[in-house]
Amino acid sequence: MTDKSVKITDPKQPVDIRSTTGGGGWLYTDTVKDHFFNPRNFMRYGEEETFKHNAMGRVGSPACGDEMVLWLNIDPKTEKIAECRWRTFGCGSAIASTSALSEMVVENGGMPIDEALKIKPQDILNRLGGLPDRKVHCSVLGDKALQAAVNDYFRQTGQHTRIVTAGSKVIDADLHITDHDIEEAVLEGAKTLEDLQKKLKIGIINKESLPAIEDLLRYYQEKYYG
Amino acid sequence: MFIKPKIKREIYLDHAATTYCSPEVVAAMLPYFTEVYGNPSSLYHKGREANGVLNDSRRTVAKLVNALPENIIFTGGGSESDNLAIYGVARAHESRGKHIITTTIEHHAIIHPLEDLQKQGWEVTYLKVDEEGFVKVEDVVKAIRPDTVLVSVMYANNEVGTIEPIADIGREILKYRKENNTTYPFFHTDACQAAGYINLDVEKLHVDLMTVNGSKMYGPKGVGMLYVRRGVRLKPLIVGGGQERRLRAGTENVPAIVGFAKAFELAQQQIESESKRVGDLTAFMWKELQEKIPKLKLNGPELGDRRLPNNLNVTFIDVEGEAMLLYLDEYGIMCSTGSACTSESLDPSHVLLAMGLPYEYSHGSLRFTFGHCNSKKDVEYIIKYLPDVIKQLREISPVNMGNVKHAKYKK
Repeated sequence: MTDKSVKITDPKQPVDIRSTTGGGGWLYTDTVKDHFFNPRNFMRYGEEETFKHNAMGRVGSPACGDEMVLWLNIDPKTEKIAECRWRTFGCGSAIASTSALSEMVVENGGMPIDEALKIKPQDILNRLGGLPDRKVHCSVLGDKALQAAVNDYFRQTGQHTRIVTAGSKVIDADLHITDHDIEEAVLEGAKTLEDLQKKLKIGIINKESLPAIEDLLRYYQEKYYG
Repeated sequence: MFIKPKIKREIYLDHAATTYCSPEVVAAMLPYFTEVYGNPSSLYHKGREANGVLNDSRRTVAKLVNALPENIIFTGGGSESDNLAIYGVARAHESRGKHIITTTIEHHAIIHPLEDLQKQGWEVTYLKVDEEGFVKVEDVVKAIRPDTVLVSVMYANNEVGTIEPIADIGREILKYRKENNTTYPFFHTDACQAAGYINLDVEKLHVDLMTVNGSKMYGPKGVGMLYVRRGVRLKPLIVGGGQERRLRAGTENVPAIVGFAKAFELAQQQIESESKRVGDLTAFMWKELQEKIPKLKLNGPELGDRRLPNNLNVTFIDVEGEAMLLYLDEYGIMCSTGSACTSESLDPSHVLLAMGLPYEYSHGSLRFTFGHCNSKKDVEYIIKYLPDVIKQLREISPVNMGNVKHAKYKK
């Protein structure tokens, strides 16, 4: 079953949600399927009032197709994540990857928040046994939501110096396009400069930014698909 | 928490994607694989026999659209017919002008060739549609310029079932040509979705080119036709042996063409009865959905004669389409979504966006398209399970939009 959703790593492969290796089996691995149909730790109706938490992170928006909210109960003494709840608006892999993440952070007595901040999209992918290439962007929200929640905890506890700010750099000043926008575009499937320009209209008026854009494109391609 | 159905049914509700090939059609095709397999261009008996049946099929199809046999070009399907109409007209008439008019809700087999032509210096006017997906006849007329060589408007939309006023547009284009003493622009319509539900009389529609394909009306896949009015020159996409009046080279796919003609004939016979039957199913399902599930929005026109009778496109607010689709698949229910997650570009359906639907609504749309194999039992089965699927996914979802258009979700 699992071979039907092998992660295609060659970014030159055409973007396609269809399985290229299997027959009528599932597009996703059995792990993904299990998390999708039996989501763990999600915030049930009415539980918002009673679930004790000291951190919350929200990323994405339904307009982009994915939104994720994460509630954490962090033990202030050990700084381990004792409990976690989430809600996700998104496709099958977005729901499954949030569910998997929620397991990762609470198992074995809870993950220390310093460690949780180091979780990368790839870690969630590994846990799920891979996702189809074009679905990778769905799992990226998980680590961002986690970071947002941990930052919220730092804020709540007055530890402002520990807040992790993912610094964004403006690449195209005319259009105010940042490196984050380029990262997003790559995750959404942009593989060439032309794809990027189609999505973001960058570097068309402002030609000087082209080398920096190409560098970032290579960097994010490597990071997510390399 | 996933409640397995006691008896899992298989319910296919994606007839706008493709239909099964009807057994009658398959039976009609069979002899042409193994017995009458000659090349219609060959002069000996086996070739002549194949050519005979090819001519018969062409006559059958021509009659169904009220055309002459020589106006029918058999192709490898709807996309090829659309491509041939766009590139064929563009390349044969570019000395006359480089402007084409179309709509924002066309199929990609129209939009992508046009985008390609734009890169080659063509100008394309994409007409806006209203929130039900209708293009205005007067907008088409207003957009015509002296250098416009082609107007292409789909007959019925594949996603939301909007039936465009093709005959009215055709009449206005005729009027324009008469008043300006010109043969341009030509008028093309993609009638792939309309076939089997609406009559396709090219004289009444006043079209110069019309696309129809087999796999949406219980015929085989990989075969379609382009009606080309006499006097409309085209440049072929495929050249070689000069088949199909030199407009589409390659040995004719005789079994598929026979199947196409048979399927078209059967579909035409059943237009009224089938429209009524699936129309009732669609109406029943929409009524039940509204009673059982809160926060819905019907996409496209109200059910009725301005919409394909087999199409139901609904947004389930606060939930994402692919997640719903995968759940429904577990229940044996097959439909499609306008959500980004199933598209190539990660943008939601261009049709829903063109109709002014906000992104968050487009992501949560499901399209059910009924067909021959569906019955009231199917709808009852769906209504039994769909409300719980939606309830479960809404519980997981952090989004809770007010039932107001463009509502912003408060933190």
